[in-house]
Amino acid sequence: MFQSVQNDALTCWVLRAGAVISALVMLLILAFLLIESWPVLDQITPARFFTDTSWHPIEGTYNLTPMLSGTLLASMGALLLAIPLGITSALFIVFYAPTHLALPYKRMIELLAGIPSVVFGFWGLTTLVPLINQLHPPGASLLAAILVLTLMILPTITLTTYSALKAVPSEFLHNAAALGLSRWGMIHGIAFPAARSGIVAGVILAAGRAIGETMAVLMVAGNVVQHPEGLFDPIRTLAANIALEMAYAMGDHRAVLFVSGLLLMLLVMVLSAMASKIGKNQYA
Amino acid sequence: MITTHKRLLLFSLTCLAIGFGWFASADANAASQRLVLTGSSTVAPLVGEIVRKYESMHPGVRIDVQTGGSSRGINDTRNGIADIGMVSRALKPNEKDLHAYTIALDGVSVILHASNPVSVLSKQQIADIYTGKITNWKSVGGADARITVVNKAEGRSTLELFLQYFQLKNSQIKPHIIIGDNPQGIKTITGNPHAVGYVSIGAAEYEAKRGAPIRLLALDGVDASVAHVHSGAFPLSRPLNLITSHVPQGLAQHFITFARSQQTHELVEAQYFVPISAE
Repeated sequence: MFQSVQNDALTCWVLRAGAVISALVMLLILAFLLIESWPVLDQITPARFFTDTSWHPIEGTYNLTPMLSGTLLASMGALLLAIPLGITSALFIVFYAPTHLALPYKRMIELLAGIPSVVFGFWGLTTLVPLINQLHPPGASLLAAILVLTLMILPTITLTTYSALKAVPSEFLHNAAALGLSRWGMIHGIAFPAARSGIVAGVILAAGRAIGETMAVLMVAGNVVQHPEGLFDPIRTLAANIALEMAYAMGDHRAVLFVSGLLLMLLVMVLSAMASKIGKNQYA
Repeated sequence: MITTHKRLLLFSLTCLAIGFGWFASADANAASQRLVLTGSSTVAPLVGEIVRKYESMHPGVRIDVQTGGSSRGINDTRNGIADIGMVSRALKPNEKDLHAYTIALDGVSVILHASNPVSVLSKQQIADIYTGKITNWKSVGGADARITVVNKAEGRSTLELFLQYFQLKNSQIKPHIIIGDNPQGIKTITGNPHAVGYVSIGAAEYEAKRGAPIRLLALDGVDASVAHVHSGAFPLSRPLNLITSHVPQGLAQHFITFARSQQTHELVEAQYFVPISAE
Protein backbone atom coordinates (compact mmCIF):
# COMPACT_ATOMS: atom_id res chain seq x y z
CA MET A 1 0.00 0.00 0.00
CA PHE A 2 2.73 2.43 1.08
CA GLN A 3 4.75 1.48 -2.00
CA SER A 4 1.84 2.38 -4.21
CA VAL A 5 1.37 5.84 -2.63
CA GLN A 6 5.06 6.56 -3.07
CA ASN A 7 4.85 5.52 -6.69
CA ASP A 8 1.87 7.76 -7.17
CA ALA A 9 3.72 10.75 -5.78
CA LEU A 10 6.75 10.07 -7.96
CA THR A 11 4.71 9.60 -11.10
CA CYS A 12 2.85 12.77 -10.31
CA TRP A 13 6.10 14.74 -10.18
CA VAL A 14 7.43 13.17 -13.36
CA LEU A 15 4.20 14.10 -15.13
CA ARG A 16 4.28 17.63 -13.71
CA ALA A 17 7.84 18.08 -14.92
CA GLY A 18 6.80 16.86 -18.35
CA ALA A 19 3.87 19.27 -18.47
CA VAL A 20 6.00 22.24 -17.38
CA ILE A 21 8.66 21.43 -19.96
CA SER A 22 6.11 21.27 -22.82
CA ALA A 23 4.60 24.59 -21.76
CA LEU A 24 8.05 26.15 -21.39
CA VAL A 25 9.10 25.03 -24.88
CA MET A 26 6.12 26.89 -26.32
CA LEU A 27 6.97 30.06 -24.35
CA LEU A 28 10.65 29.76 -25.25
CA ILE A 29 9.81 29.52 -28.94
CA LEU A 30 7.65 32.65 -28.65
CA ALA A 31 10.44 34.47 -26.79
CA PHE A 32 12.97 33.31 -29.37
CA LEU A 33 10.81 34.59 -32.25
CA LEU A 34 10.41 37.94 -30.50
CA ILE A 35 14.15 38.28 -29.81
CA GLU A 36 15.11 37.37 -33.36
CA SER A 37 12.59 39.76 -34.90
CA TRP A 38 13.35 42.58 -32.44
CA PRO A 39 15.98 44.33 -34.63
CA VAL A 40 13.21 45.10 -37.12
CA LEU A 41 10.29 45.56 -34.70
CA ASP A 42 12.40 48.09 -32.85
CA GLN A 43 13.22 50.14 -35.94
CA ILE A 44 9.99 50.33 -37.88
CA THR A 45 6.34 50.64 -36.91
CA PRO A 46 4.36 47.39 -37.16
CA ALA A 47 1.91 49.17 -39.47
CA ARG A 48 4.55 49.02 -42.21
CA PHE A 49 4.10 45.26 -42.45
CA PHE A 50 0.60 46.03 -43.73
CA THR A 51 1.05 49.30 -45.63
CA ASP A 52 4.38 48.96 -47.50
CA THR A 53 4.14 48.87 -51.27
CA SER A 54 5.56 45.36 -51.73
CA TRP A 55 7.70 42.57 -50.27
CA HIS A 56 11.29 43.28 -51.31
CA PRO A 57 13.20 42.96 -48.03
CA ILE A 58 16.59 43.68 -49.59
CA GLU A 59 15.22 46.98 -50.90
CA GLY A 60 13.57 47.69 -47.52
CA THR A 61 9.87 47.09 -48.22
CA TYR A 62 8.17 44.58 -45.97
CA ASN A 63 4.48 44.13 -46.84
CA LEU A 64 3.32 40.83 -45.35
CA THR A 65 -0.40 41.06 -46.24
CA PRO A 66 -0.16 39.24 -49.62
CA MET A 67 1.34 36.26 -47.82
CA LEU A 68 -1.28 36.46 -45.09
CA SER A 69 -4.06 36.36 -47.67
CA GLY A 70 -2.26 33.60 -49.58
CA THR A 71 -1.96 31.48 -46.44
CA LEU A 72 -5.60 31.99 -45.45
CA LEU A 73 -7.01 31.42 -48.95
CA ALA A 74 -5.00 28.25 -49.52
CA SER A 75 -5.92 26.70 -46.16
CA MET A 76 -9.57 27.74 -46.34
CA GLY A 77 -9.88 26.40 -49.87
CA ALA A 78 -8.36 23.11 -48.76
CA LEU A 79 -10.66 22.89 -45.72
CA LEU A 80 -13.67 23.66 -47.92
CA LEU A 81 -12.85 20.62 -50.04
CA ALA A 82 -11.48 18.32 -47.35
CA ILE A 83 -14.16 18.72 -44.64
CA PRO A 84 -17.09 17.36 -46.67
CA LEU A 85 -14.91 14.70 -48.31
CA GLY A 86 -13.35 13.65 -45.01
CA ILE A 87 -16.61 13.50 -43.06
CA THR A 88 -18.46 11.61 -45.77
CA SER A 89 -15.68 9.07 -46.11
CA ALA A 90 -15.66 8.55 -42.33
CA LEU A 91 -19.45 8.07 -42.40
CA PHE A 92 -18.98 5.58 -45.22
CA ILE A 93 -16.50 3.52 -43.18
CA VAL A 94 -18.53 3.56 -39.97
CA PHE A 95 -22.13 3.26 -41.12
CA TYR A 96 -22.41 2.34 -44.78
CA ALA A 97 -19.51 0.18 -45.98
CA PRO A 98 -19.67 -3.61 -45.61
CA THR A 99 -16.85 -4.87 -43.38
CA HIS A 100 -14.79 -6.42 -46.18
CA LEU A 101 -14.71 -3.01 -47.89
CA ALA A 102 -14.47 -0.76 -44.82
CA LEU A 103 -11.19 -2.22 -43.57
CA PRO A 104 -9.10 -1.93 -46.78
CA TYR A 105 -10.61 1.52 -47.40
CA LYS A 106 -9.55 2.67 -43.93
CA ARG A 107 -6.07 1.20 -44.44
CA MET A 108 -5.75 3.21 -47.65
CA ILE A 109 -6.71 6.44 -45.88
CA GLU A 110 -4.15 5.66 -43.19
CA LEU A 111 -1.53 5.12 -45.90
CA LEU A 112 -2.43 8.50 -47.40
CA ALA A 113 -1.87 10.08 -43.96
CA GLY A 114 1.59 8.53 -43.82
CA ILE A 115 2.88 9.94 -47.14
CA PRO A 116 5.54 12.61 -46.44
CA SER A 117 4.56 16.10 -47.57
CA VAL A 118 7.58 16.44 -49.85
CA VAL A 119 6.23 13.51 -51.90
CA PHE A 120 2.94 15.35 -52.36
CA GLY A 121 4.96 18.40 -53.38
CA PHE A 122 6.94 16.43 -55.94
CA TRP A 123 3.82 14.86 -57.39
CA GLY A 124 2.23 18.30 -57.54
CA LEU A 125 5.24 19.85 -59.25
CA THR A 126 5.68 17.15 -61.90
CA THR A 127 2.03 16.17 -62.54
CA LEU A 128 -0.53 18.61 -61.18
CA VAL A 129 1.21 21.89 -62.12
CA PRO A 130 1.80 20.94 -65.81
CA LEU A 131 -1.84 19.81 -65.97
CA ILE A 132 -3.14 23.13 -64.64
CA ASN A 133 -0.66 24.90 -66.93
CA GLN A 134 -2.47 23.47 -69.96
CA LEU A 135 -5.71 24.89 -68.58
CA HIS A 136 -4.30 28.29 -67.67
CA PRO A 137 -0.58 29.25 -67.42
CA PRO A 138 1.60 29.36 -65.34
CA GLY A 139 0.14 26.29 -63.56
CA ALA A 140 1.85 26.89 -60.25
CA SER A 141 -1.08 28.56 -58.53
CA LEU A 142 -3.49 28.95 -55.63
CA LEU A 143 -5.49 26.08 -57.13
CA ALA A 144 -2.49 23.73 -57.12
CA ALA A 145 -1.76 24.64 -53.49
CA ILE A 146 -5.40 24.02 -52.50
CA LEU A 147 -5.51 20.62 -54.21
CA VAL A 148 -2.23 19.40 -52.71
CA LEU A 149 -3.24 20.64 -49.24
CA THR A 150 -6.64 18.95 -49.58
CA LEU A 151 -4.96 15.61 -50.22
CA MET A 152 -2.73 16.14 -47.19
CA ILE A 153 -5.43 17.07 -44.66
CA LEU A 154 -8.15 14.76 -45.97
CA PRO A 155 -6.85 11.70 -44.06
CA THR A 156 -6.48 13.74 -40.85
CA ILE A 157 -10.13 14.76 -41.00
CA THR A 158 -11.30 11.28 -42.04
CA LEU A 159 -9.41 9.45 -39.30
CA THR A 160 -10.31 11.82 -36.45
CA THR A 161 -13.97 11.84 -37.54
CA TYR A 162 -13.84 8.04 -37.73
CA SER A 163 -12.48 7.81 -34.16
CA ALA A 164 -15.06 10.30 -32.89
CA LEU A 165 -17.92 8.37 -34.51
CA LYS A 166 -16.58 5.05 -33.20
CA ALA A 167 -16.48 6.52 -29.69
CA VAL A 168 -20.23 7.19 -29.70
CA PRO A 169 -21.65 4.64 -27.18
CA SER A 170 -23.36 1.80 -29.00
CA GLU A 171 -26.39 2.05 -26.64
CA PHE A 172 -27.17 5.43 -28.23
CA LEU A 173 -27.27 3.85 -31.66
CA HIS A 174 -29.21 0.80 -30.47
CA ASN A 175 -31.78 3.05 -28.84
CA ALA A 176 -32.05 5.09 -32.03
CA ALA A 177 -32.59 1.89 -33.99
CA ALA A 178 -35.19 0.74 -31.45
CA LEU A 179 -37.05 4.02 -31.88
CA GLY A 180 -37.29 3.27 -35.56
CA LEU A 181 -35.06 6.10 -36.78
CA SER A 182 -33.73 5.82 -40.33
CA ARG A 183 -29.98 5.42 -40.80
CA TRP A 184 -29.60 9.05 -41.82
CA GLY A 185 -31.86 10.12 -38.94
CA MET A 186 -29.59 8.23 -36.55
CA ILE A 187 -26.44 9.79 -38.01
CA HIS A 188 -27.90 13.27 -38.12
CA GLY A 189 -29.73 13.19 -34.80
CA ILE A 190 -27.52 11.01 -32.59
CA ALA A 191 -24.06 10.24 -33.95
CA PHE A 192 -23.11 13.75 -35.14
CA PRO A 193 -24.11 15.67 -31.99
CA ALA A 194 -22.35 13.07 -29.80
CA ALA A 195 -19.18 13.14 -31.91
CA ARG A 196 -19.13 16.89 -32.57
CA SER A 197 -16.24 17.87 -30.31
CA GLY A 198 -14.05 15.12 -31.77
CA ILE A 199 -14.86 16.20 -35.32
CA VAL A 200 -14.17 19.86 -34.55
CA ALA A 201 -10.84 18.91 -32.98
CA GLY A 202 -9.93 16.99 -36.14
CA VAL A 203 -10.81 19.95 -38.36
CA ILE A 204 -8.67 22.27 -36.20
CA LEU A 205 -5.77 19.84 -36.39
CA ALA A 206 -6.18 19.76 -40.16
CA ALA A 207 -6.40 23.55 -40.38
CA GLY A 208 -3.20 23.87 -38.36
CA ARG A 209 -1.46 21.44 -40.68
CA ALA A 210 -2.70 23.32 -43.75
CA ILE A 211 -1.56 26.71 -42.44
CA GLY A 212 1.87 25.45 -41.43
CA GLU A 213 2.56 23.17 -44.40
CA THR A 214 5.75 24.33 -46.11
CA MET A 215 7.52 22.06 -48.57
CA ALA A 216 4.55 20.82 -50.60
CA VAL A 217 3.09 24.33 -50.93
CA LEU A 218 6.47 25.84 -51.74
CA MET A 219 6.83 23.46 -54.69
CA VAL A 220 3.41 24.05 -56.29
CA ALA A 221 2.17 27.52 -55.32
CA GLY A 222 4.50 29.60 -57.52
CA ASN A 223 5.61 31.73 -54.55
CA VAL A 224 4.97 35.11 -56.19
CA VAL A 225 4.15 37.67 -53.49
CA GLN A 226 0.77 39.09 -54.54
CA HIS A 227 -2.91 39.11 -53.61
CA PRO A 228 -4.35 36.49 -55.97
CA GLU A 229 -7.15 37.68 -58.25
CA GLY A 230 -8.23 34.17 -59.12
CA LEU A 231 -7.58 30.48 -58.58
CA PHE A 232 -4.94 30.42 -61.31
CA ASP A 233 -2.75 33.17 -59.82
CA PRO A 234 0.42 32.09 -58.01
CA ILE A 235 0.63 32.83 -54.28
CA ARG A 236 3.17 32.64 -51.47
CA THR A 237 2.32 31.44 -47.96
CA LEU A 238 3.99 32.66 -44.75
CA ALA A 239 5.59 29.29 -44.09
CA ALA A 240 6.91 29.00 -47.66
CA ASN A 241 8.29 32.54 -47.37
CA ILE A 242 10.45 31.53 -44.42
CA ALA A 243 11.67 28.33 -46.07
CA LEU A 244 12.43 30.08 -49.39
CA GLU A 245 14.41 33.01 -48.06
CA MET A 246 15.81 32.03 -44.66
CA ALA A 247 18.77 30.12 -46.05
CA TYR A 248 20.20 33.22 -47.70
CA ALA A 249 18.90 35.98 -45.46
CA MET A 250 21.05 38.36 -43.39
CA GLY A 251 20.46 41.26 -41.02
CA ASP A 252 17.07 42.98 -41.33
CA HIS A 253 15.93 40.52 -44.00
CA ARG A 254 16.47 37.67 -41.52
CA ALA A 255 14.65 39.54 -38.76
CA VAL A 256 11.66 40.22 -41.02
CA LEU A 257 11.41 36.51 -41.76
CA PHE A 258 11.11 35.92 -38.02
CA VAL A 259 8.30 38.49 -38.01
CA SER A 260 6.51 36.40 -40.61
CA GLY A 261 7.04 33.41 -38.31
CA LEU A 262 5.53 35.41 -35.48
CA LEU A 263 2.52 36.27 -37.63
CA LEU A 264 2.11 32.60 -38.53
CA MET A 265 2.11 31.66 -34.86
CA LEU A 266 -0.43 34.40 -34.10
CA LEU A 267 -2.65 33.01 -36.83
CA VAL A 268 -2.54 29.52 -35.31
CA MET A 269 -3.30 30.97 -31.85
CA VAL A 270 -6.37 32.84 -33.16
CA LEU A 271 -7.46 29.64 -34.85
CA SER A 272 -7.21 27.53 -31.71
CA ALA A 273 -8.99 30.23 -29.66
CA MET A 274 -11.78 30.26 -32.23
CA ALA A 275 -11.95 26.48 -32.14
CA SER A 276 -12.40 26.27 -28.39
CA LYS A 277 -15.16 28.87 -28.65
CA ILE A 278 -16.97 26.97 -31.39
CA GLY A 279 -16.62 23.72 -29.43
CA LYS A 280 -18.19 25.28 -26.32
CA ASN A 281 -21.07 27.06 -28.06
CA GLN A 282 -22.23 23.97 -29.89
CA TYR A 283 -22.41 22.02 -26.66
CA ALA A 284 -24.51 24.49 -24.69
CA MET B 1 -2.26 -0.17 -11.38
CA ILE B 2 1.15 -0.31 -9.78
CA THR B 3 2.66 -1.92 -12.85
CA THR B 4 1.47 0.99 -15.00
CA HIS B 5 3.26 3.44 -12.72
CA LYS B 6 6.39 1.34 -12.72
CA ARG B 7 6.32 1.26 -16.48
CA LEU B 8 6.04 5.03 -16.59
CA LEU B 9 8.97 5.37 -14.22
CA LEU B 10 11.02 2.89 -16.20
CA PHE B 11 10.25 4.86 -19.35
CA SER B 12 11.38 8.17 -17.89
CA LEU B 13 14.54 6.57 -16.52
CA THR B 14 15.31 5.13 -19.97
CA CYS B 15 14.88 8.57 -21.49
CA LEU B 16 17.33 10.03 -18.96
CA ALA B 17 19.83 7.26 -19.59
CA ILE B 18 19.70 7.81 -23.35
CA GLY B 19 20.20 11.54 -22.76
CA PHE B 20 23.30 10.98 -20.67
CA GLY B 21 24.67 8.49 -23.18
CA TRP B 22 24.35 11.07 -25.90
CA PHE B 23 26.21 13.73 -23.93
CA ALA B 24 28.97 11.27 -23.13
CA SER B 25 29.48 10.34 -26.79
CA ALA B 26 29.56 14.03 -27.77
CA ASP B 27 32.43 14.50 -25.32
CA ALA B 28 34.37 11.60 -26.77
CA ASN B 29 34.21 13.07 -30.29
CA ALA B 30 35.65 16.39 -29.22
CA ALA B 31 38.98 14.71 -28.59
CA SER B 32 39.96 14.38 -32.29
CA GLN B 33 40.98 17.22 -34.62
CA ARG B 34 37.92 19.02 -35.94
CA LEU B 35 36.89 21.60 -38.53
CA VAL B 36 33.42 23.09 -39.07
CA LEU B 37 32.44 24.44 -42.50
CA THR B 38 29.13 26.18 -43.16
CA GLY B 39 27.65 28.16 -46.03
CA SER B 40 26.50 28.03 -49.64
CA SER B 41 24.37 25.08 -50.71
CA THR B 42 26.03 25.38 -54.14
CA VAL B 43 29.50 24.83 -52.70
CA ALA B 44 28.57 22.32 -49.98
CA PRO B 45 28.14 19.16 -52.13
CA LEU B 46 31.57 19.75 -53.72
CA VAL B 47 33.21 20.43 -50.37
CA GLY B 48 31.50 17.32 -48.99
CA GLU B 49 33.28 15.21 -51.62
CA ILE B 50 36.60 16.95 -50.99
CA VAL B 51 36.17 16.34 -47.24
CA ARG B 52 35.51 12.64 -47.80
CA LYS B 53 38.75 12.32 -49.76
CA TYR B 54 40.68 14.40 -47.22
CA GLU B 55 39.39 12.40 -44.25
CA SER B 56 40.30 9.11 -45.90
CA MET B 57 43.87 10.42 -46.34
CA HIS B 58 44.07 11.84 -42.80
CA PRO B 59 42.37 9.54 -40.31
CA GLY B 60 41.68 11.24 -36.98
CA VAL B 61 40.48 14.45 -38.64
CA ARG B 62 36.75 15.16 -38.52
CA ILE B 63 35.24 17.82 -40.76
CA ASP B 64 31.57 18.86 -40.50
CA VAL B 65 29.94 20.45 -43.54
CA GLN B 66 26.64 22.29 -43.06
CA THR B 67 24.62 24.25 -45.60
CA GLY B 68 22.57 27.39 -45.09
CA GLY B 69 23.61 29.78 -47.82
CA SER B 70 26.53 32.07 -48.55
CA SER B 71 25.27 34.62 -46.05
CA ARG B 72 25.33 32.05 -43.29
CA GLY B 73 28.87 31.11 -44.28
CA ILE B 74 29.93 34.74 -43.86
CA ASN B 75 28.01 35.19 -40.58
CA ASP B 76 29.34 31.98 -39.06
CA THR B 77 32.91 32.69 -40.07
CA ARG B 78 32.76 36.19 -38.58
CA ASN B 79 31.15 34.88 -35.36
CA GLY B 80 33.65 32.06 -35.09
CA ILE B 81 30.91 29.38 -35.25
CA ALA B 82 32.55 27.98 -38.40
CA ASP B 83 36.29 27.63 -39.03
CA ILE B 84 35.80 28.04 -42.77
CA GLY B 85 32.83 29.52 -44.66
CA MET B 86 31.62 28.55 -48.12
CA VAL B 87 30.51 31.41 -50.37
CA SER B 88 29.28 31.09 -53.96
CA ARG B 89 30.30 34.58 -55.12
CA ALA B 90 33.17 37.04 -54.95
CA LEU B 91 33.39 38.93 -51.63
CA LYS B 92 31.63 42.31 -51.48
CA PRO B 93 33.53 45.50 -50.60
CA ASN B 94 32.16 45.44 -47.01
CA GLU B 95 33.47 41.88 -46.56
CA LYS B 96 37.13 42.72 -47.10
CA ASP B 97 37.87 41.70 -43.49
CA LEU B 98 37.61 38.08 -44.68
CA HIS B 99 40.11 36.03 -46.69
CA ALA B 100 38.79 34.24 -49.77
CA TYR B 101 40.32 31.20 -51.53
CA THR B 102 38.68 30.19 -54.82
CA ILE B 103 38.29 26.42 -55.21
CA ALA B 104 36.17 26.35 -58.40
CA LEU B 105 34.09 28.45 -60.80
CA ASP B 106 30.39 28.29 -61.62
CA GLY B 107 28.27 29.96 -64.29
CA VAL B 108 24.59 30.91 -64.37
CA SER B 109 22.68 29.97 -67.52
CA VAL B 110 19.30 31.09 -68.82
CA ILE B 111 17.32 27.95 -69.65
CA LEU B 112 14.26 27.20 -71.80
CA HIS B 113 12.21 24.07 -72.43
CA ALA B 114 13.80 21.97 -75.23
CA SER B 115 10.60 22.18 -77.33
CA ASN B 116 10.77 26.00 -77.40
CA PRO B 117 11.75 27.09 -80.96
CA VAL B 118 13.52 30.23 -79.66
CA SER B 119 17.28 29.62 -79.78
CA VAL B 120 18.75 33.09 -79.26
CA LEU B 121 17.77 35.93 -76.95
CA SER B 122 19.69 39.19 -76.68
CA LYS B 123 20.62 40.66 -73.32
CA GLN B 124 17.96 43.35 -73.84
CA GLN B 125 15.28 40.78 -74.74
CA ILE B 126 15.97 38.76 -71.59
CA ALA B 127 15.78 41.91 -69.48
CA ASP B 128 12.50 42.90 -71.22
CA ILE B 129 11.01 39.44 -70.62
CA TYR B 130 11.92 39.57 -66.94
CA THR B 131 10.54 43.09 -66.47
CA GLY B 132 7.26 42.20 -68.23
CA LYS B 133 7.79 44.36 -71.36
CA ILE B 134 7.73 41.21 -73.52
CA THR B 135 4.99 38.78 -72.46
CA ASN B 136 4.53 36.55 -75.51
CA TRP B 137 7.04 34.25 -77.21
CA LYS B 138 5.72 35.55 -80.58
CA SER B 139 7.55 38.86 -80.01
CA VAL B 140 10.94 37.11 -79.94
CA GLY B 141 10.32 34.67 -82.80
CA GLY B 142 8.63 31.86 -80.90
CA ALA B 143 5.17 30.32 -80.77
CA ASP B 144 2.08 32.33 -79.83
CA ALA B 145 2.11 31.58 -76.09
CA ARG B 146 2.38 33.51 -72.87
CA ILE B 147 5.86 33.54 -71.33
CA THR B 148 6.11 32.08 -67.83
CA VAL B 149 8.89 33.95 -66.03
CA VAL B 150 10.69 31.88 -63.37
CA ASN B 151 12.67 33.91 -60.84
CA LYS B 152 14.77 32.94 -57.82
CA ALA B 153 13.86 33.74 -54.20
CA GLU B 154 15.29 36.90 -52.67
CA GLY B 155 18.72 36.48 -51.08
CA ARG B 156 19.98 33.72 -53.42
CA SER B 157 23.37 34.45 -54.92
CA THR B 158 22.19 33.15 -58.32
CA LEU B 159 19.57 35.93 -58.27
CA GLU B 160 22.17 38.46 -57.18
CA LEU B 161 24.49 37.53 -60.05
CA PHE B 162 21.61 37.60 -62.54
CA LEU B 163 20.35 41.03 -61.40
CA GLN B 164 23.86 42.45 -61.41
CA TYR B 165 24.55 41.26 -64.94
CA PHE B 166 21.25 42.55 -66.37
CA GLN B 167 21.39 45.70 -64.21
CA LEU B 168 17.94 45.16 -62.76
CA LYS B 169 16.39 45.51 -59.33
CA ASN B 170 14.35 42.62 -58.02
CA SER B 171 11.29 44.85 -57.63
CA GLN B 172 11.33 45.50 -61.40
CA ILE B 173 11.01 41.82 -62.20
CA LYS B 174 7.49 40.50 -62.90
CA PRO B 175 7.76 36.80 -62.11
CA HIS B 176 5.07 34.12 -62.46
CA ILE B 177 6.89 31.49 -60.43
CA ILE B 178 9.53 31.93 -57.74
CA ILE B 179 11.78 28.98 -56.96
CA GLY B 180 14.35 28.07 -54.34
CA ASP B 181 17.15 25.75 -55.44
CA ASN B 182 18.43 24.66 -58.87
CA PRO B 183 16.73 21.24 -59.08
CA GLN B 184 13.36 22.85 -58.35
CA GLY B 185 14.04 25.38 -61.12
CA ILE B 186 14.92 22.67 -63.63
CA LYS B 187 11.81 20.64 -62.65
CA THR B 188 9.67 23.75 -63.14
CA ILE B 189 11.07 24.41 -66.64
CA THR B 190 10.78 20.77 -67.75
CA GLY B 191 7.13 20.81 -66.67
CA ASN B 192 6.27 24.01 -68.54
CA PRO B 193 7.15 24.36 -72.28
CA HIS B 194 6.62 28.15 -72.20
CA ALA B 195 8.78 28.93 -69.17
CA VAL B 196 12.10 30.75 -68.97
CA GLY B 197 14.39 30.54 -65.95
CA TYR B 198 18.01 30.58 -64.85
CA VAL B 199 20.11 28.13 -62.81
CA SER B 200 23.75 27.19 -62.25
CA ILE B 201 25.39 26.00 -65.49
CA GLY B 202 26.83 22.99 -63.70
CA ALA B 203 23.38 21.83 -62.61
CA ALA B 204 21.77 22.66 -65.99
CA GLU B 205 24.44 20.91 -68.10
CA TYR B 206 24.31 17.87 -65.81
CA GLU B 207 20.51 17.55 -66.09
CA ALA B 208 20.52 18.27 -69.85
CA LYS B 209 23.08 15.48 -70.41
CA ARG B 210 20.91 13.13 -68.40
CA GLY B 211 18.05 13.82 -70.79
CA ALA B 212 16.04 16.57 -69.08
CA PRO B 213 14.22 18.54 -71.82
CA ILE B 214 15.93 21.90 -71.28
CA ARG B 215 18.09 24.14 -73.48
CA LEU B 216 20.86 26.42 -72.24
CA LEU B 217 20.82 29.80 -74.00
CA ALA B 218 23.98 31.41 -75.35
CA LEU B 219 24.81 34.88 -73.97
CA ASP B 220 26.60 37.57 -76.03
CA GLY B 221 27.19 34.87 -78.65
CA VAL B 222 29.02 32.64 -76.17
CA ASP B 223 27.50 29.18 -75.64
CA ALA B 224 26.59 28.42 -72.05
CA SER B 225 28.93 25.59 -71.17
CA VAL B 226 31.32 24.53 -68.46
CA ALA B 227 34.17 24.91 -70.96
CA HIS B 228 33.37 28.58 -71.61
CA VAL B 229 33.17 29.34 -67.90
CA HIS B 230 36.64 27.82 -67.55
CA SER B 231 38.11 29.95 -70.31
CA GLY B 232 36.53 33.05 -68.76
CA ALA B 233 34.59 33.80 -71.97
CA PHE B 234 31.13 33.27 -70.48
CA PRO B 235 29.94 36.53 -68.93
CA LEU B 236 27.52 35.20 -66.31
CA SER B 237 29.89 33.34 -63.98
CA ARG B 238 31.08 33.40 -60.39
CA PRO B 239 33.84 32.01 -58.19
CA LEU B 240 33.15 29.44 -55.45
CA ASN B 241 35.16 30.46 -52.40
CA LEU B 242 36.29 29.14 -49.06
CA ILE B 243 36.61 32.02 -46.60
CA THR B 244 38.30 32.49 -43.24
CA SER B 245 38.31 35.34 -40.75
CA HIS B 246 42.12 35.20 -40.26
CA VAL B 247 44.98 33.97 -42.40
CA PRO B 248 44.36 30.23 -42.04
CA GLN B 249 46.78 28.15 -39.97
CA GLY B 250 47.25 24.51 -39.07
CA LEU B 251 44.46 22.17 -40.13
CA ALA B 252 42.38 24.89 -41.84
CA GLN B 253 45.36 25.97 -43.96
CA HIS B 254 46.22 22.38 -44.83
CA PHE B 255 42.62 21.65 -45.89
CA ILE B 256 42.30 24.80 -48.02
CA THR B 257 45.60 24.02 -49.80
CA PHE B 258 44.30 20.52 -50.47
CA ALA B 259 40.95 21.82 -51.76
CA ARG B 260 42.76 24.11 -54.26
CA SER B 261 45.23 21.45 -55.42
CA GLN B 262 45.04 19.30 -58.56
CA GLN B 263 44.02 16.35 -56.41
CA THR B 264 40.46 17.71 -56.28
CA HIS B 265 40.01 18.59 -59.99
CA GLU B 266 38.31 15.29 -60.67
CA LEU B 267 35.82 15.95 -57.86
CA VAL B 268 35.16 19.49 -59.11
CA GLU B 269 34.47 18.25 -62.64
CA ALA B 270 32.27 15.42 -61.36
CA GLN B 271 29.97 18.11 -59.90
CA TYR B 272 29.95 19.98 -63.25
CA PHE B 273 31.84 22.90 -61.80
CA VAL B 274 34.98 24.29 -63.37
CA PRO B 275 38.38 23.74 -61.69
CA ILE B 276 40.68 26.73 -61.22
CA SER B 277 43.99 26.56 -63.08
CA ALA B 278 46.64 24.97 -60.89
CA GLU B 279 49.11 27.35 -59.32
